[in-house]
Amino acid sequence: MLNSILLDGLALAGAGIGAGVAALAAGLGIGRIGSSAVESIARQPSESGKIQTAMLIAAALIEGVALFGVVVCLLIALA
Amino acid sequence: MATKINKLLLILLMSMASIAGFASSGGHTVEEEDIDQESVFNPGEMIMHHIADSHEWHFFNTESMNATLPLPIIVYSAGKGLSVFSSARLTHHGVYNGYQIHHERIFAVDAAGNEDESIKVYDFSITKNVASLIISAILLIVVFTTVAKGYVKNKGKAPSGVQSFFEPIVGYVRDEIAVKMIGPRYERFMPYLLTIFFFVWFNNLLGLMPGGANLTGNIAVTLMLAITTFIITTISGNGYYWKHVLWTPGVPLPLRIIILPIEIIGLITKPFSLMIRLFANITAGHIIILSFIGLIFIFKSLFLVAPLSVAFGLFMTFLELFVALIQAFVFTLLTAMYFGSAVEEHAHADHDHGH
Repeated sequence: MLNSILLDGLALAGAGIGAGVAALAAGLGIGRIGSSAVESIARQPSESGKIQTAMLIAAALIEGVALFGVVVCLLIALA
Repeated sequence: MATKINKLLLILLMSMASIAGFASSGGHTVEEEDIDQESVFNPGEMIMHHIADSHEWHFFNTESMNATLPLPIIVYSAGKGLSVFSSARLTHHGVYNGYQIHHERIFAVDAAGNEDESIKVYDFSITKNVASLIISAILLIVVFTTVAKGYVKNKGKAPSGVQSFFEPIVGYVRDEIAVKMIGPRYERFMPYLLTIFFFVWFNNLLGLMPGGANLTGNIAVTLMLAITTFIITTISGNGYYWKHVLWTPGVPLPLRIIILPIEIIGLITKPFSLMIRLFANITAGHIIILSFIGLIFIFKSLFLVAPLSVAFGLFMTFLELFVALIQAFVFTLLTAMYFGSAVEEHAHADHDHGH
């Protein structure tokens, strides 16, 4: 009884930590993309459209990986 | 003409909102009774109830009325054949025609009222998500036949009415997404790209409306969108695309043993990531907004927590309006990128590694 409660709690804690790490990593990644994109636009304002598209593609790819992590955590928490 | 259509759109939106007023006849739902019995607020259950699909369209409850729109249930089982009836008959744990519903699962019951597991029930009901899909399909058809008619009527002149709102967006999808990502052979993909862009965008926005269904946050819907993209990519792939996948040029023979499975897995992960991205973004947005609202009921504090929760909820809602557009854009952009890699000619085919 106690054992199963402990295990459930540990699973929930793991899901929480996992979601936190996924958010942290995605934040770092997207932050770097954003900063580089702003620097590039500051250097070449005329190319801002192209830079934005490239930025969005990279951000979407990173976000996709982070969301895989979140979905796994959600599955652990709900199962 | 255009103002007439604008009025029609307004009436449609209004009537969607006012359905709630007419549909006050429904009974208590199962979840509600569970909550009543325990008389504690369960935020997880509340959130799941809002983001999950349902056999009835529930809007809100007050002391005196329960605004629920019953939807048609269509079930098939081997013994009884096809039966169609209203979901209002199954509320209050009701049994109708030998069927009962519990936690959105319809099953057959025997004479004693127990679940009959020997009968397999196939559920084809018009659920909340299907109803929402039909509404958005009608909305899209009305809006875009108007735009198309306006385009024919105002040929060579300035656009008017609804057309002047949508024409720049269509132009943007063509110039910034299709032409840039696919190249000179973009034209045959335009109908699909526009459909997917406006379908995702409209449904994201409809999902944010009060009482709206969480359609693009349903993984079955995003799965179908991703599968369509996958099928179109596969059948429009040219010889170079397949050579790149199956017999990657410029790679030594021993490496091909590793590269080939990776390339084939790569074909599957592209639509898979499209599916997960849209589903998780929209669902996560809804969960965050509902969590902020749920905080009010967890802390039972009207003057301390409620203003803060509502402020954060409002902020998140505005962010979600932006996310709705971004996700439609990203889905279309990545779809166009995959099409682009499928129809690319040999000369500049090597810049697309690593996706």
